[in-house]
Amino acid sequence: MTALASATTTATEADSLPLDRIDVSRAELFERNVEGDYFRRLRREDPVHYCADSTYGPYWSVTKYNDIMAVDTNHQVFSSEAGYGGIVIDDNIQKGGDDGLQLPNFIAMDPPRHDEQRKAVSPIVAPGNLAKLEGTIRERVCRVLDNLPVGEEFDWVDNVSIELTTQMLATLFDFPFAERRKLTRWSDVTTAEPGGGIIDSWGQRKGELLECAGYFQNLWNERVNLTEPKSDLISMLAHSPATRNMKPEEYLGNVLLLIVGGNDTTRNSMTGGVYALHQNPAEDAKLRNNPALIDSMVPEIIRWQTPLAHMRRTAVADAELGGKTIRKGDKVVMWYVSGNRDETAIDRPDEFIIDRQRPRQHLSFGFGIHRCVGNRLAEMQLRILWEEILQRFTRIEVLREPERVRSNFVRGYANLPVRLHA
Amino acid sequence: MTVVRYIEANGTEHRVEAENGISAMEAAVKHSVPGIDGDCGGAAACATCHVYVDPEWLARTGPAADGLEKSMLEFAEDVRETSRLACQIEVTGKLDGLVLRLPDRQH
Ligand code: HEM
Ligand code: FES
Repeated sequence: MTALASATTTATEADSLPLDRIDVSRAELFERNVEGDYFRRLRREDPVHYCADSTYGPYWSVTKYNDIMAVDTNHQVFSSEAGYGGIVIDDNIQKGGDDGLQLPNFIAMDPPRHDEQRKAVSPIVAPGNLAKLEGTIRERVCRVLDNLPVGEEFDWVDNVSIELTTQMLATLFDFPFAERRKLTRWSDVTTAEPGGGIIDSWGQRKGELLECAGYFQNLWNERVNLTEPKSDLISMLAHSPATRNMKPEEYLGNVLLLIVGGNDTTRNSMTGGVYALHQNPAEDAKLRNNPALIDSMVPEIIRWQTPLAHMRRTAVADAELGGKTIRKGDKVVMWYVSGNRDETAIDRPDEFIIDRQRPRQHLSFGFGIHRCVGNRLAEMQLRILWEEILQRFTRIEVLREPERVRSNFVRGYANLPVRLHA
Repeated sequence: MTVVRYIEANGTEHRVEAENGISAMEAAVKHSVPGIDGDCGGAAACATCHVYVDPEWLARTGPAADGLEKSMLEFAEDVRETSRLACQIEVTGKLDGLVLRLPDRQH
């Protein structure tokens, strides 16, 4: 009853504002889980929407699947370049404050520099390499699952999602295992703003990232001179002809990109899957009857969750989109979270359906030259997790509604109280 | 109808009667040829439809187009002179019998 009542209230809230007062960048909308009502209205009434005034200045919202595809594949006009503000709606995250540490990485570059660096880094997470890591990842997943209490309440986010994501990053980098939570911390710090609960000032951020830089420099130095290179990402960066002469800040920029790219996204997909199955008991039953459905469930979890709500671009020329004229210099936000709920592109988009025919037709990884390089790695991690969950537990009972993260970028959960059934 | 032959890396052949006007990606997906996913629906934006055109056919299909097709292929694995994105090859009568080989893996 309460869920129904609050759904009605928010639909009215989203429908009662004049269109020009709608500002979907307000992080509290995501925290309250009501952003969907706003996006539904924009898709229906004003799919390419201009917001003249927000915390982040004026910006365009692109809300429909095909329009998002059009922006994502037109990198000549819609730039990712750090110098224009980069790839999130908030320019500050890119700059790191006034005296920020500049950490160039290719997600916030245009061709040709983007292409050179992506080509150098992407073989590292290509499936051939990942296959070598699968065994270690599976062992670590098993160990974490085996140590969970059965029949008792605990937090899935902290005990499973964060722990496993961190362990997997440590595996990929062959990072000292006992110190692995440093990786979580550095990832959080990289995307943090002062006052959001993680850092108090830009200076603190800079200090912690310099510590991170020093740490990774040592790992590089240890590994660069080994005659038998190991197969971790740092060894590969240190030995590959395309990357071994990288400048230190570029090396750190790309290491951080891999850490951040693989951190919150995978973490929240691990939580999202449990929550989605809890809300859809019929799908849970389907999965239990036919574990082979894990293969199509994993991409469906990633669509349903949409771990990154948006990516941002800056127009470097005037362009027409959905009947609107976007001007050179304008900030353009592709709301993946809305495109993934677009009923004109995806059948029954609000539903979680684990055996969709084309489960990978979703926007969560973006499309075009910046399409996520870690997409198969992310899917592999989730596949292993679900294979091992099904071996051990008959049910993951969600005890209360999760709290959500207050962010218009990372779409995720602060906690999810659960109880396991053997 | 135009015949397109998709040959997997292990030699398995899939012979498909494709409708003219659709792309070689769509034809493969419609006939469940394994290893051609087409995640982006044919926008040359995901590179999950990478194929090698048999050298005898390359003159008729043409090489990869400048722009997005070439850029996306740059990030695919094991790219060769004959690499194309199948979604950018339109099935027409002049391609009857076209041979497309699939890479080891698509991602
Ligand atoms: C479910 C998990 C994940 C999601 C939803 C996700 C999402 C995304 C998105 C939306 C983009 C930008 C696409 C665009 O602008 O068109 C991206 C790029 C990227 N992701 Fe992921 N990601 C995930 C996992 C990972 C993992 C595990 C890694 C680490 C290996 C990773 C590394 C990267 C990198 C390096 C880029 C930059 C690519 C470029 O600019 O060319 N991601 N990801
Ligand atoms: S279907 Fe995506 S590139 Fe061809």
